[in-house]
Amino acid sequence: MSIEQWNTTITPTWCPGCGNHSLWNELKRALDELKIPAHKILIVYGIGCSGNMYNFVKTYGWHSLHGRAVPTAVGAKLANKDLTVIVVGGDGDGLGEGMGHFIHALRGNANITYLLHNNKIYGLTTGQSSPTSEKGFISRSTPAGQIEIPVKPLKLALAAGGGFVARGYAGKPNDLKELIKKGIQHRGFSFIDILQPCVTFNKVNTYEFYNSRVYDLAANGYEPTDYNQAMLKADEWGDKIPLGLFYHDSREPYEDDLPQEQGQAIVARPVVKRNLTKLVKEFM
Amino acid sequence: MNRDEKMRFTWKIGGEAGFGIKAAGQVFAKAMVRAGYEAFDYSEYPSLIRGGHNTYQITVGEINARSAASTVDLLVALNKETIDLHLAELSEGAGIIYDGEEIKLPPDKYKSRKAALISVPLKKLASLTGGDIMRNTVAIGASLAVIGLEPKILENIIKEIFAHKPEVIENNDKAIEAGYEFVKKNYPDIDFKIKLKPRKHQPRMLIAGNEAMSLGALAGGLQFFSAYPMTPSSSILLYLAGKAASEGLVVKHAEDEISVINMALGAAHAGARSMCATSGGGFALMGEAVGLAGISETPIVIINVQRPGPATGMPTWTDQGDLRFVLHAAQGEFPRIVLAPGDASECFYQTAEALNLAEKYQLPVIMLSDKYLGEGAATVPVFEEKKVRIDRGKLLTDEKSLVNYKRYKVVADGISPRTLPGTKGGIFSADSYEHDESGFSSESAEDRIAQVDKRARKLEHVAASLGGANHYGPAHAKTTIVSWGSTKGPILDALELLPPRLKGKVNFLHLNVIWPFPAKLVKAALAPTSLLGKAKKLILIENNSTGQLGALIRQETGVEIREKILKYDGRPFFPEELTEKISKSIK
Repeated sequence: MSIEQWNTTITPTWCPGCGNHSLWNELKRALDELKIPAHKILIVYGIGCSGNMYNFVKTYGWHSLHGRAVPTAVGAKLANKDLTVIVVGGDGDGLGEGMGHFIHALRGNANITYLLHNNKIYGLTTGQSSPTSEKGFISRSTPAGQIEIPVKPLKLALAAGGGFVARGYAGKPNDLKELIKKGIQHRGFSFIDILQPCVTFNKVNTYEFYNSRVYDLAANGYEPTDYNQAMLKADEWGDKIPLGLFYHDSREPYEDDLPQEQGQAIVARPVVKRNLTKLVKEFM
Repeated sequence: MNRDEKMRFTWKIGGEAGFGIKAAGQVFAKAMVRAGYEAFDYSEYPSLIRGGHNTYQITVGEINARSAASTVDLLVALNKETIDLHLAELSEGAGIIYDGEEIKLPPDKYKSRKAALISVPLKKLASLTGGDIMRNTVAIGASLAVIGLEPKILENIIKEIFAHKPEVIENNDKAIEAGYEFVKKNYPDIDFKIKLKPRKHQPRMLIAGNEAMSLGALAGGLQFFSAYPMTPSSSILLYLAGKAASEGLVVKHAEDEISVINMALGAAHAGARSMCATSGGGFALMGEAVGLAGISETPIVIINVQRPGPATGMPTWTDQGDLRFVLHAAQGEFPRIVLAPGDASECFYQTAEALNLAEKYQLPVIMLSDKYLGEGAATVPVFEEKKVRIDRGKLLTDEKSLVNYKRYKVVADGISPRTLPGTKGGIFSADSYEHDESGFSSESAEDRIAQVDKRARKLEHVAASLGGANHYGPAHAKTTIVSWGSTKGPILDALELLPPRLKGKVNFLHLNVIWPFPAKLVKAALAPTSLLGKAKKLILIENNSTGQLGALIRQETGVEIREKILKYDGRPFFPEELTEKISKSIK
C-alpha cells in the first residue's frame, strides 16, 4: 500500500508548518508498514487541532468529547480486543480535562496506544497556556506569565505504572514512525509524548528550539529497562531534551486478567438471551 | 383484624448499623415467600458504615404486597432506641420482641398501646450459639414462634445463604431454634393477632429493582457494563460484577462517571450491548456524554436510581426529583427515550427491552428508578426468558451490503443503518461534531438541518409504538389518580384500602414511559367521563416537591392537574397515608 490510501477525501486544515502534518504522515506510514488492515483499526480522537485528524485518516474512528478519548478507547478495546486501538489527542485535552483518565488508564494497562500531540499550548482555541506550558509562558490566558509549573507527562506515566513510555518529535519523522510502530506492537498501554511545534501560537517551543536540544537516548547506549534511570531521564528538560523509548516492561494487559476476555472477542460472540434458570433461582 | 379482610402483616427489625439488620430481614422475607406469602421489603439506613439507626421491614400479604406499610405489627428491637423511635408505628395489639435482660421497659407505657411485650434473652441465647452477632438470628426464631410458623421453613434458606460458609450453618440453625423454643416455652399461651400457616403457591421471586434491572440486562444480552459506586445504584454494579465471568460480559468499575459513560460508549461503538448505572450526581457528570450518544447515534442504556438531591442530598433515601433533569440533560437538542418502571417486573422487562430500543433507534435510553424501587425487594412472578427478545435494529455486517456506505445517510425514518469497526467496507467515524452523511465534520447549514431533522425523525417513529400509560382499576371512574415510576405499588395498595363509599370509583393511570411522552393515551385517559363533559377529578401523586410529571402532562396535553399529593421528605408513600389523603380530597 501507499500512504495515500490511508487518506480520506478531506484535505488537512492545519496551518502550514504545523507539527500535526508530520504526526499524520508518520502514523499512516507506521500503520502501512505494520500492514494492519484499515478496517481493523479504531482511532479515537480528542478535541483540538490534533483531534481534527479525525477527518483525514481512513480507518474506523470516534471523535470523542474533549478530554474523554482515553476511556472511550479502553471501552472499545475491552469490547473488541481484535481491534488495534489508538488514541490521538493533545496536551490540553489529555492532561487538562482528561488527566484523571490518563492516570487510571496507565494503571489498567489496556492494550491501546496513546499518541499525545504535545504543542504546549491550546491551538484550536487560538493560543492559551496549556498544562505543559513552561512557568512564565506568556499567552492570551496568562498575559503576565504562567504561574504553574508544567506537567511532565513522561514522569506521570512512569509513576502511574506505564509499561511503554516514550517521547517522539515531529521534527524527527523516521524515529517517530518507528516509535509509533513499537508502541502499537507493545502489549499493554503504550504512551508516546510527541513534541509538536505550534507555528502559529507558540513562539517559544519552535522547531529551532527543539532542533538544538533534542538527542536520541538509544544513541548513547541507554537501556529502557531501568525504571529509576527512566525517571531521571524523564525529568531532563532544558538545554538537552531526550527522545526515544524511556521505559519498557511486559506487565500483562488488562484484558489478560479477565477470564471473560479469553477466547473470542466479546463482540464476536453472538448477542443472545442468557439462560435465566439458574439466575432466577437465587431470588426464589 | 377482621378475618374477612385480606391479611396484611408487617414485621420490622431495628438496631444499630452493624447488627446484621439487613441480613436478618432478608432471611425473614425469604421465609415468608417460601411459606407462600407475598412480601415487600423496605429498609431505612443512614449514610454511615457503623452506628446510626437501621431498620428493615417486611410487609406480608396473602396477595398483593406491593408496598411498605406505615404500621408495624411485630417489632424486633435489638436496642432500646428501636422501641422509642418506632412506638408510634405500632398497630393495635402489636408485639415487641426485645431483650428484657438488656433493655428495661416501663410496662405501663407500652400497655396503653395494647402491645404484647415478648422478652427474649437475645444476647444470652446468642452467646450460646456463636456470639453477639447471632442476636438477629435468635430474634428470627422468636418471631416465627410468635406468628405460628415452624423453624423448619428456614432450613434450606440458611443453607443457601451460607453455602459459601458451611461452618456457620449449624450455629444459625441453633440460634433460630433457641429463639423459637424460648418463646414456645415461656409464652405458651401467646395469642398473637397474626397466625400464619404455610400456603400453597406458584413459585415466585423476591427481588429488588436493581437486581431485576441487572437480570433484565443479562437476559437482553448485555455485553458491557460500567459504573462507579453510588448509593442507591451500587447493587447493580455489585450484582453484575459477581456474574461477569460466568455470564461472559465485561464489568468495569471506572474512575468516575465521566469515564463510565465514555467507556460504555466506546464499547457500544465497537458493537457491544452496553449499559451503565448511577444515581443523580453521577448522572450529572455523565451529562455531556449523553449528548455525545445523541449526536453520534450510539446505542446506550443509562440507569439513574434516584435519591433526594440536589448535590449530595440524602444518599440513602428516596425521591423522584430527576424526571425533568434526565429529560433535558446535555446541551443541544437530540432524541432520547426515558423509561420509568413501576415495579420489579417492569424493571426486568423494560431493561431487557431498553437494550433493543437503544440499538433499534440508535440513541440513549435512560431508565429512571429510585431508592425505594431499586433497593426494596418484592415478590413477583418468575421472570420469563421467552418474553424477552433481542432486536439489534439496522445493523450491517456483510461487506456486500456496504457499497457506498454512509453511516449518517439521510433516510425517511431517520434510522441510518449502522456498521461496526472490524467490518470490511464499512469504514466510518462517529463524530461528536455535527457532521455530513459520511460522518465527516461539517458546519454547512444544509448538513446541520438534514442531520438534526434526521435524528429527530427517529423519535416520531418511537412514540407510536412504546405506549407506557397503563390503566389500573375500573375503566370509568369519577376520579383518576396519575403517577409514574415507583409510586405504582403504594398507589395500587392504597386503592384496595379505600373506604366502601369510594370502592370502584377511583382508577389509576400509571406512566412507565416518560419520553417520548404518550400524549394520546394520557389525553384520552384524563378526558371527561361522559358526553356531558363533566370534568373528572384528577389527583397527581409524585415523590417530589414540584409535581414534575404534572408539568410535563400540561406541556404535552394541555391538561392541568390542580390537585397534588407530593412527598419529598426522603420517605416513600405508604398506602395508608395515600388512602387517607385520597379519601379526604374526594368529598
